[in-house]
Amino acid sequence: MPGKVLIVIPCYNEEASLPSVLDELHQTTLPGGYQMEVAVINDCSKDNTVAVARKHKATVLDLPVNLGIGGAVQTGIRYAKENDFDIAIQLDGDGQHPPKELGKLVGHHIESGANVVIGSRFLEKEGFQSSFLRRLGISYFHWVNRVMTGKHIYDSTSGFRLFDRSAIRIAAANYPDEYPEPESLVLFSKAGLKIAEVPVIMSARRGGQSSIRSFGSLYYCIKVSLAMFFSFIRKP
Amino acid sequence: MQKIQIITIIVNLLFILYIARLIIKGKLREEYAIVWVICTVFLVIFSFWPEGLELLSRLTGVVLASNLVFTGFIFAILVYLLHLSVVASKLHNNNKKLAQEISLLKEQFDKYVKEHKK
Repeated sequence: MPGKVLIVIPCYNEEASLPSVLDELHQTTLPGGYQMEVAVINDCSKDNTVAVARKHKATVLDLPVNLGIGGAVQTGIRYAKENDFDIAIQLDGDGQHPPKELGKLVGHHIESGANVVIGSRFLEKEGFQSSFLRRLGISYFHWVNRVMTGKHIYDSTSGFRLFDRSAIRIAAANYPDEYPEPESLVLFSKAGLKIAEVPVIMSARRGGQSSIRSFGSLYYCIKVSLAMFFSFIRKP
Repeated sequence: MQKIQIITIIVNLLFILYIARLIIKGKLREEYAIVWVICTVFLVIFSFWPEGLELLSRLTGVVLASNLVFTGFIFAILVYLLHLSVVASKLHNNNKKLAQEISLLKEQFDKYVKEHKK
């Protein structure tokens, strides 16, 4: 029996970029004969994200209050857990993560059996590489992650990632609200999960804004560092 | 009895009455009122018995009795603020869980309605 994959798309005001992402998704086939379902998590958008998603035949999880990216992703993960999906893949609604790269994540999961597979921009220097400051922050998190998890994770802030059943179970119970990417890796690695990275080519966002903007970047660094440290010392 | 003593006693009693009223009307939960009630009781005790404050400050080695009052109360307020942050974090988590649950239920409901319309 083929497995089921849930594509989790957290959305906040993404009506501009969402149609092309969903169209591309519907044309994508996954390796291993996996069946795909697409879930758009609407994090209280002020635009027509819900209508656009419904029109493109996606499952819509409509949050009544704005929870932030982590809360939205966790909603999708909980949906995957309750509906018995084998794999959940987070994919941003802004077009940064091209659906045609999904196969690489799934393929790597099948080959290596890793519990979490991250689509990384930096293993091969191709495609959109983001700004200098952003890359500085990312190399800082690479260092922090190496200290805390003992693993080399180059793109720990990438939101393009695959969760298998055991990762879904952990993330459904405990997933950070704000800037969850680096912190959740500490959680996963403490739970003994296998984390792998696979090179993908990302594009610049087609619409919308990053959740991390200039003013907040210092706050981002401090908040995430603190959160990672406390996840690290907390008993699992 | 000094003027300031009388004023403090009256204000404190009014404060306690107000807290009691809030609790009776169900606008304040008892667990949040405990700190305020205890603080006010202390204030009432020492406004009737200012020598006790002098005694306490001599015991703890504080030169000026009023400094002891300020230190004690600032500390109590800090602890209470921390308590409120803990309460806010708990509410935040509960709120998140509820929102997620609602969105999942909504989706189930929509699916159910669609199936039964056919």
